[in-house]
Amino acid sequence: MQTAAKPPVANDLMGWLTSGALALGAVIAIIVASKATTTPMMVHTFIMAAAFIAGIVGIMNLNMRLKAGHYDAPSPSGVHYNEGVVKAGVIASMFWGIAGFVAGLYIALELAFPALNFDLSFLNFGRLRPLHTSAVIFAFGGNVLIATSFYAVQRTCKTRLAGEVAPWFVFWGYQLFIVLAATGYLMGITQGKEYAEPEWYTDLWLTIVWVVYLLTFLATLWKRKEPHIYVANWFYLAFIVTIAMLHIVNNLSVPVSIYGAKSYSLFAGVQDALTQWWYGHNAVGFFLTAGFLAIMYYFVPKRAERPVYSYRLSIIHFWALIFLYIWAGPHHLHYTALPDWAQTLGMTFSIMLWMPSWGGMINGLMTLSGAWDKLRTDPVLRMLVVSVAFYGMSTFEGPLMSIKAVNSLSHYTDWTVGHVHSGALGWVGYVSFGALYCLVPWLWKRERLYSLKLVDLHFWVSTIGILLYITAMWVSGIMQGLMWRAYNELGFLENSFVETVEAMHPYYVIRAVGGLLFVLGAIIMAYNLWRTAKGDLAEPISVHSPAATPAE
Amino acid sequence: MELTHADVAAFAQSWGLVYLFILFIGTVVYALWPSNKKKFNDAANLPLSED
Repeated sequence: MQTAAKPPVANDLMGWLTSGALALGAVIAIIVASKATTTPMMVHTFIMAAAFIAGIVGIMNLNMRLKAGHYDAPSPSGVHYNEGVVKAGVIASMFWGIAGFVAGLYIALELAFPALNFDLSFLNFGRLRPLHTSAVIFAFGGNVLIATSFYAVQRTCKTRLAGEVAPWFVFWGYQLFIVLAATGYLMGITQGKEYAEPEWYTDLWLTIVWVVYLLTFLATLWKRKEPHIYVANWFYLAFIVTIAMLHIVNNLSVPVSIYGAKSYSLFAGVQDALTQWWYGHNAVGFFLTAGFLAIMYYFVPKRAERPVYSYRLSIIHFWALIFLYIWAGPHHLHYTALPDWAQTLGMTFSIMLWMPSWGGMINGLMTLSGAWDKLRTDPVLRMLVVSVAFYGMSTFEGPLMSIKAVNSLSHYTDWTVGHVHSGALGWVGYVSFGALYCLVPWLWKRERLYSLKLVDLHFWVSTIGILLYITAMWVSGIMQGLMWRAYNELGFLENSFVETVEAMHPYYVIRAVGGLLFVLGAIIMAYNLWRTAKGDLAEPISVHSPAATPAE
Repeated sequence: MELTHADVAAFAQSWGLVYLFILFIGTVVYALWPSNKKKFNDAANLPLSED
């Protein structure tokens, strides 16, 4: 369908309104800074003021560039896609990814060799651990989701992203959220809720950014040139809407003072715990699953050059997944003060999740039917397919661990850590890497990647790293659980806590080696993507040379 | 009438089942409805038809 190329136009009104709001924000930040009760709060308000002022300059610059005709050329079918913001998202993903993986490696080494915290408060495991989790989930994963959603929604709707200021506001606003969260953890600011550690003002800022993200996405769907909304967009939308709901409810809190960082949750006791794990598990279900399933549903068919195996299955997958996931949170609270029936409910819904999860996995894998040969020649597609296999594995393991009898052994042990990482490194990591390997040549208009051999190397180095990681954690976790529950003939505990810690040392070392390999793989990838963006080619065009395909 | 924990639990344990079952049946019927086949085939080809 040929449409006349409609170039993007600067929206002065929106530019002024946003600039005015940012100026107001900067004034409030400076007032709070002048009366801040603690140094970290003062640091944060100064960062916010500086970012808001930079934002005003950025908006002026954006509108001037649009008026001067600086925007991407139209696609062959005549659509001026907004690719600049997607490129920025790709770069940010790679940057935060490596930062987050290195932080993870460092805390893995701290667990093996505790002296590595050097008695410095900001290197303490308790502060670096949320830095690692937020960096990989929200900074790396979040940027991947923003970049891929902005790319896929434009392409499948055949229209430019809605708004000119809004997409950039979402991108830079999200980076500010990351900086506030990360620096806050290092300075000791936390509300102590897992995966929801940032304090009230950072939460408020993220709420604004997220609402603009939702509106941008909805407005783009609204002006689509295609009659249908592709299934990937349904998954992206579920991710954005649900994260908004979870974030707002779980962070309902009252600040002690607007001049200080500390706040108190609106909920108490087991209600607080249930709200937190309703949030926490759905961060897994809607951020780390629904969002990345959207990537699967767009990038696997695109890369395999085949439509998704069954579109009908994808519809059932979508509705079943979102209606079941939301109830699974209580499985984090087995054998606690939570009413027994609610624990059983959480467990039952987790087990039912086997169905949509495996339905989705089969749909992703079977998309390759008739194109399996591409796994030998295209390491990017192999990465995507292995990610779907890891998705199947970790969504099998998760419901298993939610069964009360299994959970009584696995909970609070390293088994949980291993499970999380088979999902995070294998599924989320690989599907993101696959998407980034696709996106860079598409966005920078290169024929192909700099080197497929390097993708291959990345694949094998990382895969060995993941296998070392999760097998070490299985052994360590099950051993830890068995040691905790061992009684002697007199009914006393067989092991002291420190004995269990000592027994885990070798596995902690193996885990750190696995993490190191994963970091090395990501560095290889960053180099490959950088050379691709520059326009270099390492190998001759024929990718079917035997040297590029290792024996399997 | 006072709404107790037991009331809420009983409601969730009965009507929750009905609600989810109806949703599931509705989704399956929608996905398999014969006249929707062309629509879904067109949608499935969206990522492949772009430039």
